[in-house]
This record gives sequence, C-alpha cells and structure tokens, in this order.
Amino acid sequence: MSKHFMFLIKYAEIAIKGKNRHLFEDALCKQIRHAIKNYGITGNVSKQPGRIYLETEDSEVYDDDRVCEALQHVFGITAFCPVKQIPVMEFDELTGEVIRYMEETYGKDCELTFKVFARRIKRTYPVDSQTMNATLGEKILDAFPGMSVDVKEPQIPLHVEVREKVINIYSLEIPGPGGMPVGSNGKSMLLLSGGIDSPVAGYMIAKRGVKIDAVYFHAPPYTSERAKQKVVDLACQVAKYAGPIPLYVVNFTDIQMYIYEQCPHEELTIIMRRYMMRIAQQIAENSGCLGLITGESIGQVASQTIASLSVTNEVCTMPVFRPLIGFDKQEIIEIANKIGTFETSILPYEDCCTIFVAKHPVTKPSAKVIRASERHLEEKIEEMVKTAIESAEMIWCK
Amino acid sequence: MREIYLDNSATTRPLDEVRAIVSRMMESDYGNPSSMHQKGVDAEAAVRAAKEQVARALGFELRMKPYDREILFTSCGTEADNLAIIGTAMAYKRSGMHLITTQVEHPAVLQTMEFLKELGFRVTYLPVDACGRVSVDDVRNALCEDTILVSIMAVNNEVGAKMPIAEIGAMLKKERPDVIFHVDAVQGFTKMDLLPKKMGIDLMSISGHKIHGPKGIAVLYVDDRVKLKPTLFGGGQQQGLRSGTENVPGIAGIGLAAKKLSETKREDIERLYELKEFFVNGLREIPGIRVHGIPTDNDNEPDIRATAPHIVSAGFSGLSKAEVLLHALEERGIYVSSGSACASNKPSVSATLKAMGIPKEYLEATLRFSFSVQTTKEDLTETLEALRALYPALSRFSRR
Repeated sequence: MSKHFMFLIKYAEIAIKGKNRHLFEDALCKQIRHAIKNYGITGNVSKQPGRIYLETEDSEVYDDDRVCEALQHVFGITAFCPVKQIPVMEFDELTGEVIRYMEETYGKDCELTFKVFARRIKRTYPVDSQTMNATLGEKILDAFPGMSVDVKEPQIPLHVEVREKVINIYSLEIPGPGGMPVGSNGKSMLLLSGGIDSPVAGYMIAKRGVKIDAVYFHAPPYTSERAKQKVVDLACQVAKYAGPIPLYVVNFTDIQMYIYEQCPHEELTIIMRRYMMRIAQQIAENSGCLGLITGESIGQVASQTIASLSVTNEVCTMPVFRPLIGFDKQEIIEIANKIGTFETSILPYEDCCTIFVAKHPVTKPSAKVIRASERHLEEKIEEMVKTAIESAEMIWCK
Repeated sequence: MREIYLDNSATTRPLDEVRAIVSRMMESDYGNPSSMHQKGVDAEAAVRAAKEQVARALGFELRMKPYDREILFTSCGTEADNLAIIGTAMAYKRSGMHLITTQVEHPAVLQTMEFLKELGFRVTYLPVDACGRVSVDDVRNALCEDTILVSIMAVNNEVGAKMPIAEIGAMLKKERPDVIFHVDAVQGFTKMDLLPKKMGIDLMSISGHKIHGPKGIAVLYVDDRVKLKPTLFGGGQQQGLRSGTENVPGIAGIGLAAKKLSETKREDIERLYELKEFFVNGLREIPGIRVHGIPTDNDNEPDIRATAPHIVSAGFSGLSKAEVLLHALEERGIYVSSGSACASNKPSVSATLKAMGIPKEYLEATLRFSFSVQTTKEDLTETLEALRALYPALSRFSRR
C-alpha cells in the first residue's frame, strides 16, 4: 500500500477565466474539502499561484487509492499527482532520495523512458535547474540499466521542485474527471425517474459546475416504497459528484388518476409529462434554480419524439437542459456504468411513467389537441398541482 | 395505526419466549458445543434439549444413544432441502439416477433438481390438479426401476394446497420401500399432522422462522435407514453430516418454538380453519375476487379442510398488478404478499398458479394472505373491509 501525503492538483479551464479565476479556484477548493470529508480523509487544501495542494494527515484508515477515488469525484480537476515531499537538503542527499523514489515507484528493473524536469524556486539553493537536470539524469541512468532518456515524449516525466522549505518529487499523473467545480455555475432542477438516463443527465450537467436539486414523482400505491428508495439511492450516487442533493418527492397519484379519467388514454403520457414539467418548474423557481434537466434523448420512446418534446417543452419558461439529446442508449449506459448508477437503475420497480402507459401512445401530438384535452382538467387541476407542490417531501441525498 | 400482519408464510413474529431464550443463549450460554470445558458441555446440553423438543413435535422420542443423527440443524429451510436432495442423490446414485418431484415445489427444491439434472440425473416434475395437489397415482406411475428419491412438499407456499403426504408415504413403503421419501414441510409443519415415523417419511425439512422461531435455523429430519452424503465439509459436527459450529441460540429457539406450537396444535389448526372459512366466505362476497385452490367435497360444497388452514390465495380480476393493491393495503397497516414472497420481487409469473391452470387474468393479480396463531378475527374483518373499500377503486384504474 503506497502512501503519499501531498497531492498536486491540476486544473485547466479554470485557469483561463480572467478576473473570476479566484472564484472558480475557491469553488474547487471547497469541493475538494467536501469530497475528502465524504471519504473520511482528513487533510488540508491550500491554494498557491496556479496550483492547488491537498495535504493529507497520516491515517490507518485510508491509502492512496481512497484519496484518488475522492479526487476523481471532484469536477474541475483535470489531473492530480501524488507527491513525495522531503525537507530541503544537500544535493547529494537529494540525488539519493530521487533514486529511492524511482525505485519505490517503478521498481529496480523497469524499462521506461524518462526526462527530469527540475525547478529551482528557492533561489539560494546552490545547484541550478540545468545542473540538476543533467546530474539527476545521469545518476538515474547509472542506477537503472533498463531506463533511457526521451526528451520529447518521456513515459516518466520526473519533476523535482526545490521550494523554499520543501522539495517535491513527482512523476505520476492521474486523470481527474475534468469539467468545472460544482457551485461555480448556478443551480438547476433535475427530473429524476429511476431509469438509466436521468441520473446520467444530472451527472453531465453537474460536470459543468452546476449544483443539482432533484424532483421525483411518486405514485403510491402504484409505485412502491422500494421504487422511491431506488431513486434516493440514485440521487446519492449522483451526489458523490454533484455534492448533496435535495430531492423533492412529489405525490403524483391524484393528478395521474385525474388525467386518466378526463383525457384520451393515448395522450396520458404526454399530458402527464407536461404537468411534471410544470410542477418541477414551480419547485425549481421556489428553490432558486435557473433551469430544468431531463434525461430525454430524441426518439427513444414515444414521449421523446421531436413532436412530443416540443409539446412538453411548450409549458416551460425556464431553459430545459437535455444533455443526452443526441446520445444512443449504449452511450448512456456506458456513462451510467462509469458513474455507478447503472446497477441501481435496472432494478425492476415500476415508476409512474410505465404504469398506465397506453399500448399505442401518440408519437406526433399536436399542441393544439393536447391543449384542448387539458381543458377537461380545468375544474380541479390547479388545486391538485398546488397541493402536490405544497405536500412535497424533501430528502437530503448525500 | 394498528398493524395487521397477514404474511406469515413469508415469516412470522417470534414468540416472546423464543426471543428470551435466544437472548439468554447469547448472554450466558455462549459456549461452543464442541469445547471440552463446562461452557461447551452446557451448550451441547442445550442442543440436545432442542433436539428432544423437535423430535417430540414430530411424534417420536429421541433414543438415548449419544450419536443420534435423526435431527440435523441447518441454517435455513433451503439448506435442509439441498442437503436432503443432494445428499440422497450422491449417496444412492449407484442404485439409480431418477428423481421425482412436483411442478409446484419451492425454488429450494426445483433449483436443486435442476442442478442435479446438469450432473446427469433424470427428474420427473409431476403436474398438479386445479387445486394444486399432486395425486398418489401420478407418483406411483412415475416410479421407475432406478428411482431413488421422491420429494414432495407438504403444503404449497403460494396457494396452500395440502398434498396427500401420508398416502404417498404409505404407497411407497408398500410398493417401493427402497425409494427415499423427502417432504419439504417448511409450510406444513404444525399446520397438519406430519409424523415421519408413522407416515413413511424418510427426510423432512422444517424452518424456524415460519413457526415463530428465529431466522437462520432449520431442521432436517433424517430417518436412521437413510444414508446421506454431506454437502458441507469441515470439522465434522453433527456426525459429519453438517459441519460447522452449531447455531446454539437459533437451535434453542427453534426447539422451543416447535414445542410451544405443537402443544396447542389441535386447537390452533381448528381455530385457523374457522378463520379461513370466515375469510374465504368474506372474499367470495366481493365481486371480481376468485379464491384459488379450494376443492369441493362430494356434495359439491367447498372443502376448506382439504387445504392448509393458514394460506388463502385470491385473484383480483381487473387489476393489472396485485402489487398495487398490496401497497394500498400497506397504507392501512395491512401486510400481505403477492404470489409468494420468494418470487415477488421478480417480475415473473408464478409457476404454481400456471401449473394449476389459473386463468391468465389472475396470474399477475393474485395476493396471498397467510395467518398464524397470532391472527385474530378482527384482523380479518378489517382486512375484508379494506378490500371492499380499495379494490373497486383500484380496478377502475387498471391498464387499458
């Protein structure tokens, strides 16, 4: 079990955000602190010009793998490097440390190419960076017969930085999830169903730095407590990336039944979705969200043809983000597997969209016809929507 | 809200006395029965006492020989069934490779049979009648020269059909005494007479948590004449037939539960039949409900006593999924099961209902109500009221 106590964290896009840069950096630091806490890691996150360091405390409980897992859940990190940190020392001694580092990390018989990137930040250090590059390179070639130098594309980019009080040695670069730190781009409301797509949609929007709230439409007794628990589990999984998610559980049974009784059966799904959008938008406004997120993908089901999407979209005044719109099912499943939601998504509990679905739902609805059908709901629907919103239960998923 | 628990075929609430003895065994009598010291001796005595209690509940006295192996303790009914079937098949495979069972057994039996099929055994799955019962003649006709085992459940877990166990046992003893007869009595034990020594039963599985005992403990009765190969290997506990340290608290629990329930068995069965009669009559008054698996007697009257006293299976026409009604009842504190609990979290259709030829519209719209000694008439009155209120409304909203 290898163990490092210092991690150098690299980010790309944030560095070009001009005067707002510090805001993005602060958001990233905050998310890193949140992530390590979630994984039971204690440590200190510090910001230095152009880079962020995570210094972890020694513990029996976690190792590098755990720290890596935590950092791989923080959007905004493009890569991070486990760093061997030693006090400033004489160059001879430093050479010995570098050799030891190479041996610990790559083994005595390794056959890889390398290049030394030495930096002398401490100006009073007697050996300059050019000399360090040359001398360290030579010593490594002597110590590891299998290694060779490649200055263009080294397999091991060995960094040695002599700073004021410490020397950093690092060479491994582990990719992070990329994106922008959550919280740097406002908040949106995710319509979470329990299927494969919606958690992936939430993940993708969170990746662009958007904080996520979520809404789930529950239809007891037609959908079970287990179906609800499944959605909570999915929200918790997305929260590993997006930070804590408040999940609003809306009781949709009465509205669904009312639509079922009053409207043509083949229009049930589309009218239901319009009311889900209306309710989600209302809750989103109340909680300060600026957009809605759905997992829709063109043509996947009857309610996701372009005609259906536009009829559903008609009731929204907020922007609706559909990050999966051009994705095939297989592509969505790949991401679901990567973020760990797939196994939960395929548990066989019915959600409220599938229960009363018609054998042949409309695939080319006309807005005019749907609006006419909705007029049959005028008597009670406003009151029902109000009740549904007011009685929504909020569950923190983290 | 008052809780009405009608899912006793899934599991039962342990008796207070059982909870007490399990807790005591964990607190003070925590020894390993195999240890040489006094703690071990005490634990062994507790195991011995439980064996005696179970034996008595099965209608015989344990002989005083210290190495008897008639009562084996296993971790669950499934393990008992596995040990009975695989253990017999392995021990007798030189005499024959043919096994007989029914189409409506619990998966613990059916899946084990499928496993043996892969090993080259032949398996006959007998059909059942419209009430879920296998016939003695069908068993007789299925017997081949190389049949080594007949495995038939006492009571079907999904519909409560009572199998003619005593008749099959007698037939086998008379016509084919070489064939081993296993009975899965997980649902039947304490709900009907099951006396292995009098009924020609060689192996019988019993589960603790279906008789108000703890979970994680079961019994396999093994007649002295049966050679059994173990399926777990290790320290050689329980005469080498079931290695692994005995679950002493569970064993004490199942022993006590078996004793308590068999003491009042006569009266309990009588009372359960009265409850079942009351409930079935109530269900039949509600339009659209079909009670499955109740045969009629010679006067064409429903013969409830030909079925198990504690299970009622009913179909609800016009309901696309029984689960909806299940959750609606749950909102009123009434707990029931759709089909059987073992299969209910899978979207598959019950093999038992299919084998009985139940009309298609009921296959996914069937609920199981199962009673126990703790069930009262008020429970059932309230459940009928709830059904009368909920069912018509829910069937109105089914998938068109």
